[in-house]
Amino acid sequence: MSYKLNNDMRTALFEYLLRHGDDKLILGHRLSEWCGHAPILEEDIALANIALDCVGQASAFLSLAAEVEDKGRSEDDLAYLRNELQFKNLLLVEQPNKDFAQTITRQFFYSSYGIYFFQNLAKCEFEPLAGIFSKAVKETSYHLRHCKEWMLRLGDGTEESHNKTQEAVNDLWRFTDELFFKNEIDELLIQENILPDTNPIRETWRNYVGEVLTKATLQIPQDENMQTGGRRGTHTEHLGHLLAEMQIIARSYPNAKW
Amino acid sequence: MKRQLLTQKRIKKTIEIFMAEQSEEKSGWKIWEVFTQSKTGEPHIHAGNVHAPDAEMALQNARDVYSRRNEAVSLWVVPADQLVATSPSDSGSFFDPANDKIYRHPLFYKVPKGVRGF
Repeated sequence: MSYKLNNDMRTALFEYLLRHGDDKLILGHRLSEWCGHAPILEEDIALANIALDCVGQASAFLSLAAEVEDKGRSEDDLAYLRNELQFKNLLLVEQPNKDFAQTITRQFFYSSYGIYFFQNLAKCEFEPLAGIFSKAVKETSYHLRHCKEWMLRLGDGTEESHNKTQEAVNDLWRFTDELFFKNEIDELLIQENILPDTNPIRETWRNYVGEVLTKATLQIPQDENMQTGGRRGTHTEHLGHLLAEMQIIARSYPNAKW
Repeated sequence: MKRQLLTQKRIKKTIEIFMAEQSEEKSGWKIWEVFTQSKTGEPHIHAGNVHAPDAEMALQNARDVYSRRNEAVSLWVVPADQLVATSPSDSGSFFDPANDKIYRHPLFYKVPKGVRGF
């Protein structure tokens, strides 16, 4: 299937789909690293569930991206045969798991952004995209419920859990500015009525996150040293290692089927 | 010989301390029995149990462990220590009387045609 799009639009939409597909793929892979290592069996299953949701959404975004690009590449080619500079995911999602507090905080920042963002995008005019976003809303609201409840318990739990979670919040805060990244690609897609002109969700997100952190007795950090770059393909040192592990089979045995 | 005994004692003590720490660490994590309902109107059926620190997390764990492939439309979780159950030693006096008197069972009626699920 190919869509009637002019070249500029095709390039813009392709890149836009990569952003969301890559967010999900990288986050899903990070979560999958917990499989067999989570603190208890129930949480092991919960994290693997969230990972599978993310990978499922990544697959939907990347296969649509491949169709839009229309150059004969598949979703697998996009996932396994691109290098670091071609990945457009947020810096936040590629950050290492470190410990359980860091993993939950990363997921909390991402899912709370996701829920507001995807709700808006589910109304978009480009039907295949609207479909993927509305499915994402459902799954994300469960992810958010799970990690919000954990934030409250870890923050307001023991001294150790509180300290570790505060450390994670402080560590990851500098990557949250990028959640609201916008450039000419967004402008073009909005202008062409493919994307809705999203309401400024930054304030909504900040209020919500602030509310939960306060309830969890955690401090909201200052905006210092805010980092961006992922959306333009400039990543932290962690993505390369992740890709090496994620892509090795597909690159070692090209076209293998299983 | 004496030394060996002492070592054994020491090992036993270490294990005891370790077990005590373990159970203390887990003390906030109660066991919750999980009941799932597969369709509206159907009964909730016991599915198994999960560990969780409180009710909300118990529901979430139950959802992840017992309904991740859409097996349920409704879930109940109950703290395991709140369930009152018969004990295996009761089984004789509790259940036998129902089984050994054939006239207690409605086996002597003809089921009219057209009646299903009897």
